[in-house]
Amino acid sequence: MSQSRNKTISHFAKAFFAMLFLLVGFSANAVAAEHDSEEEGVDLKEMIFGHTGDAYEWHITTIGETPISIPLPCILYGQNGLDVFCSCNFGHEGHRVEYNGYKIAEEGNNAGKIIEVATGERPWDFSITKNVLSLFISCTLLLVIFLSIAKKYKENPRSKPTGLQALLEPLIVALHDDIIKPSIGKNYKKFSTYLLTAFFFIFLNNILGIIPIFPGGANLTGNIAVTLVLATLTFILTNFRGTKEYWLELIWPDVPVWLKAPIPLMQFIEIMGVFIKPIALCVRLFANMFAGHTMVLILIGLIFIFGQMSAVAGGAISVLSVLLITFMSLLECLVCFIQAYVFTMLSAIFIGMGQVEGHEEKHK
Amino acid sequence: MSLLTPDFGLLFWMLLCFLLVATILGKWGWPAIVGMIEDRGNYIEESLKKADEANAALANLKAENEKLLAEAKNERLELLKEASKLKEKMIADAKTQATAEANKIIENAKESIQLEKDNVVKEIRSQVAELSVNIAERIIRGELKTQDSQIDMINKLLDEVNVAKS
Repeated sequence: MSQSRNKTISHFAKAFFAMLFLLVGFSANAVAAEHDSEEEGVDLKEMIFGHTGDAYEWHITTIGETPISIPLPCILYGQNGLDVFCSCNFGHEGHRVEYNGYKIAEEGNNAGKIIEVATGERPWDFSITKNVLSLFISCTLLLVIFLSIAKKYKENPRSKPTGLQALLEPLIVALHDDIIKPSIGKNYKKFSTYLLTAFFFIFLNNILGIIPIFPGGANLTGNIAVTLVLATLTFILTNFRGTKEYWLELIWPDVPVWLKAPIPLMQFIEIMGVFIKPIALCVRLFANMFAGHTMVLILIGLIFIFGQMSAVAGGAISVLSVLLITFMSLLECLVCFIQAYVFTMLSAIFIGMGQVEGHEEKHK
Repeated sequence: MSLLTPDFGLLFWMLLCFLLVATILGKWGWPAIVGMIEDRGNYIEESLKKADEANAALANLKAENEKLLAEAKNERLELLKEASKLKEKMIADAKTQATAEANKIIENAKESIQLEKDNVVKEIRSQVAELSVNIAERIIRGELKTQDSQIDMINKLLDEVNVAKS
């Protein structure tokens, strides 16, 4: 019995590693195809920012000279009013053309972004970029997963959870009962929606981010705009849903008078803290996910840098690189969960700090 | 470097999508899921409590049953004891009665036997007396054919009387 189970597990492990190698191979292939076409040296920086940044089309691979990518709609509000067109009008990477008075900037502060040809300014850019499409996909997935689970709970109340429901229930219960409830206290119900949604949003997008082929691969949670929105929501919920006592603590904290009276020292520190907390949240998630992607890309890039020196060096380093990338990818799997968990936990704790009750605070 | 400057478009779409997802899940997702999980937890807890209670009640019932059974056994034993006592008494009574009756019968029988015996003895006596008188008469008649023998006889009798007197 246990032997056959061990066998099954080892089969699974083999399949898993095979898939991981395949995926690593895939991404290496994608990068290789992209840079084989260029005759000059490998630009590692360009490659890394190309892969971790946003784009107006979803590049999949390049076969020979033709890049294969999914074109995405551009939605602009600028010099000619509202403009909606396909990003394929701008041509492909390396062969950019102007369209309708817009172009994709090649250099400067707005490199890689659409600018007006005449002024060089950015229009209001609501384009469905690679990250936005990834956002749509992950949001749809979130809705499908959790609405279907909710339906299952409603249809078979009190029965044993099965399938996806059984997979996610322990996570939901752990978050709800062990993080949200104890951190926030009696008002937890008002905030549990945000925290649960944030956790699963971050977790799903982290996971999608480390899958190198189409529905995944966008570095959404490693983009500062996304983490900024999440951190801002935590900031709003902490401060604008905070209790009277929370604000009192900020303005007139319970410390010796000389710390707060002529020079508002404590007030200064407290108010700094109010802003630093969400900024830390924002940067932590962004930096962790960005760094993970960058590490993997650097390791892949190594193969091509060494490959340029000699085929033997490239071949030798590729073995080491693939091993290291496998290790990094496994580590990233862990980081995906940990970052989502940390973001949710800290958000819950910050929100909980905003929910202080007068009596509790004085007894401390 | 665009790495650290949030892009307006993504910011907009992110805010829109996230709030939409949070609103939808907040209305139809989380309350149902969390509510049902809590409800199920309570239900399981309650069921366990009820099962415990039922077990306790069952144990009580069992104890009571055993008690009743023991009581019934005791009662039966007592009844049996009483019955056997009664039986013994009845037998003893019957015995004494029978003995008394038998004694009475024996007594009666003895009495009647005595009576008969007495009667028989009386009759035998009278018959023996008659017979002996007759025999004596005949003997005497035979012996006293002569004078001498008559005188001898008288003497003998007289001697006998004297012997008896002295």
